[in-house]
Amino acid sequence: MKFLCVDCDQQMVFEDRHLPGDGTLAVAFRCPSCGRTVALLTNPMETQLVSSLGVIVGGRTVPEQPMELIRTAVEGGREDAFAEVGSAATGSPTWDEGAQRRLGAVPSFVRGMVKRIYTDYAIQHGVAVITTDVMDAARRDLGLEGM
Amino acid sequence: MTRKLRTYRDLAGEDRSRIGEQVGAQRRRVEERLRAVRHTVAVMSGKGGVGKSFVSAALATALAEAGEQVGVLDADLHAPTAARMLGVSGGPVEVREQGVLPAIGALGVRVMSTDFLLADGAPLAWREPKHEKFVWRGTLEAGVLREFLGDVMWGALDVLLVDLPPGTERFSALAEFVPSLAGVVVVTIPSDASLRAVQRSLGVARDAGIRVLGIVENMAGYVCGRCGGLAPLFAGDAAQRLAAAAGAPILASIPFDPAAQVAADGGVAAPAGAAAAAFVALRAALLARLEAS
Repeated sequence: MKFLCVDCDQQMVFEDRHLPGDGTLAVAFRCPSCGRTVALLTNPMETQLVSSLGVIVGGRTVPEQPMELIRTAVEGGREDAFAEVGSAATGSPTWDEGAQRRLGAVPSFVRGMVKRIYTDYAIQHGVAVITTDVMDAARRDLGLEGM
Repeated sequence: MTRKLRTYRDLAGEDRSRIGEQVGAQRRRVEERLRAVRHTVAVMSGKGGVGKSFVSAALATALAEAGEQVGVLDADLHAPTAARMLGVSGGPVEVREQGVLPAIGALGVRVMSTDFLLADGAPLAWREPKHEKFVWRGTLEAGVLREFLGDVMWGALDVLLVDLPPGTERFSALAEFVPSLAGVVVVTIPSDASLRAVQRSLGVARDAGIRVLGIVENMAGYVCGRCGGLAPLFAGDAAQRLAAAAGAPILASIPFDPAAQVAADGGVAAPAGAAAAAFVALRAALLARLEAS
């Protein structure tokens, strides 16, 4: 998928992506010549058609996680279906109370995967304590609005 | 005057989504994961209720008894039964950075199934949106199969049995995900109704260029609980006719033994008596076919 600024005859560049959580998707592109910004807005059906393939519109910001499609798309999964192993290595960041509370609100079926992604982000950025601010930063940087 | 627009291929800049590359990476993940699997074998039937999962589970057990490293991928996502026949159910599956560990069943058989992921009695259902789900349901189910193939740490296996649901759709997805598929074992019962349904499966396998390793005739007679003798159960010669149509052998004829079925439902997939002998024959015939490929 590419976007063309017709007036400038220039390919537009990716600027931002939003997953508001209602099944829709918004992806913004900007013209490098005139600065005009346009947004691609998809309805839930269009979003689902693409995400059913297990791919990310706008490109991946984190590697594909094991059973990512199953964990993000299946409804009514068993509470104890997945047990993350090896994500608490020495030197792993800790979670403050607020971050733990927010993580606890994530459905258990996908919680381990989300935790791993935030933990990896914190390690990569030298963060010792994961707070809700760190989670917000990760969501923004990695395009994890759905998480 | 119509303006001349440059199109996708005219623009040299990157396609940030790289959907094609993402799909390609998924395929490579499956390929790499199955590199240590010598033979991936589909167990299929166009018809439901022919005992496919029982055949898969008991065959896996028979192979394991002979020292083979065996895995069973339960691709019957909506009605998984093979895992419980192999003595495993529920409990968390372990997720590591590199993938998900399969459950370990009787005799070390490695198993993956939606049975481990769904609450008891819960159907396989999908999140939002709630409407028009038929549009992408097939794609999602194919995605589950892909992740079972590519994200499960199967390790080195001699045989990975893929227990397919009735019908042909899941087989088509499997054949695309696993170009190295060693072949398909087709399960039938003797009846004409089964013949007609299973013929369609043979056609799909042929169209996909996948080798039919052989036919398994299940419920070929009934083992009497009193005298142990074999009595007729279904009329018909579906297995013989399917074998002739496919140019493939009948690998085994397995009698229906109620005791074996009860044991399998209880998590013991190794039948006794006449059925046990049939599975030994099936194992030998299948391994010979695989080695000959």
